[in-house]
Amino acid sequence: MTQQFYVSPEQLMKDRADFARKGIARGRSVVVISCEEGLALVAENPSPSLHKIGEIYDKIAFAAVGKYNEFESLRQAGVRYADVRGYSYDREDVTARGLASVYAQSLGAVFTAEQKPFEVELAVAEVGESPSDDHLYRLTFDGSIADEKRFIVMGGQADKVAETVERGWQRELNFAGAIRLAMKGLVTDKEAGELPASALEVAVLDRNSESARGSRRAFRRLGDDEIAALLSEEN
Amino acid sequence: MQDTTANQVAANATSSFTEHLQRNRPGLLPFNQALPAAPAGAGSQPLQVPHATTIVSLTYGGGVLMAGDRRATMGNVIASRHIEKVFPADRYSVLGIAGTAGIAIDLTRLFQVELEHYEKIEGTLLSLEGKANRLGAMIRGNLPMAMQGLAVVPLFAGFDLPVGVGRLFSYDVTGGRYEEQEHHAVGSGSMFARGALKKLWRPGLTEDEAVAVAVEALYDAADDDSATGGPDPVRQLWPVVYTVGRTGARRIPEHDLAAVAGTIIEARTAARREA
Repeated sequence: MTQQFYVSPEQLMKDRADFARKGIARGRSVVVISCEEGLALVAENPSPSLHKIGEIYDKIAFAAVGKYNEFESLRQAGVRYADVRGYSYDREDVTARGLASVYAQSLGAVFTAEQKPFEVELAVAEVGESPSDDHLYRLTFDGSIADEKRFIVMGGQADKVAETVERGWQRELNFAGAIRLAMKGLVTDKEAGELPASALEVAVLDRNSESARGSRRAFRRLGDDEIAALLSEEN
Repeated sequence: MQDTTANQVAANATSSFTEHLQRNRPGLLPFNQALPAAPAGAGSQPLQVPHATTIVSLTYGGGVLMAGDRRATMGNVIASRHIEKVFPADRYSVLGIAGTAGIAIDLTRLFQVELEHYEKIEGTLLSLEGKANRLGAMIRGNLPMAMQGLAVVPLFAGFDLPVGVGRLFSYDVTGGRYEEQEHHAVGSGSMFARGALKKLWRPGLTEDEAVAVAVEALYDAADDDSATGGPDPVRQLWPVVYTVGRTGARRIPEHDLAAVAGTIIEARTAARREA
């Protein structure tokens, strides 16, 4: 029989946190930027079908870094939560705050109770009537939740990327500007000064999808052609 | 089979919102309610609830169209003049409902969420056949209620993107799904509407002509069926009409319908005949 050694709770939590951080640091970064036209979600992701960014509800999107299987199960749980809530109450009763707090609770529960913590970091973004009504929540592996303004950067080189985005951020950015800024951030640690459109996953939450597209669903995934066109557009 | 974690995960992976509700929140489903047994002697008197009436659907050159009148009845009383019975199910399909209005409207909401849920989980749209089958399964789920007199009979129409044609499907209360050609109608006034459609429909109608045909078919249904409402110029109430083509579902604006209904009323007034 193997002997169980005593491990102090501080050490246990620290080990778990280090483990999760290491897993997340291996991944590529994701940037969410709030701008004039809405919210732009940009991820470095060469796969056209395994998404890091997803639609949750009318005005709410999801972005994640870390282990695919873990954040994908969280994304699906989020879609189920939002759809059940919207179906049993009303569509406008589904909010990013409610969803973020459910995510925080499940991440926190997994962090303390399960064999291993989730190696993921999530962003829950809700587009509002104006940029000041946007909600950006950032959730980490231990269930901590932060209410961010202007932008969120997650993933391996988050600090460096965030620095670049911070410097270039303006209130008046349009989608083209926001996506270019996100890409400028994503390439900070690379030799090449640019990423091809096929290496990017980009989605947006339109601020006025009702009037522009006649759809209450604000989420729109951009194809490679659209991304290339936006990136080459002059400011 | 061993009840391993992998098996559990696979068994729990569902893209269907209805299935998710059945497992976790069965109380939220519009069907699945255990109704109390009907009191003795109640067989002769069905439950008095609002009933939605006539829906017509027809194909035209660019897709498929669905229209419904605005009346709900409860016995011999008009329960609502404003009810809407045709809804977009998603971007490329619409459904119209006849039967018990309360259950039908909830069933429509469930169906809309079902399609959107699948799209979000899977990242792709359900095929038109897939949508039609899901709706059939829901109607079958409502069979116990239908046997107590609370039946819902939908009509489903959509644009089949890979094939590039508009298609329409009718259902019976047991969830049986039948693909219809050219045109179809359901509800209390459907016999009269179908008669009108047989005379008015022809292949290759344009969208505007198709709208006129649908409104006229509903006019004929309202003429002979007391539970179907005709165009109401006093209250400015017109049928609800949706078209579905390659670019998606579109609701025909009120003022267009007012013009179409006005033309029909004028033509019939001028003819001075027993229709």
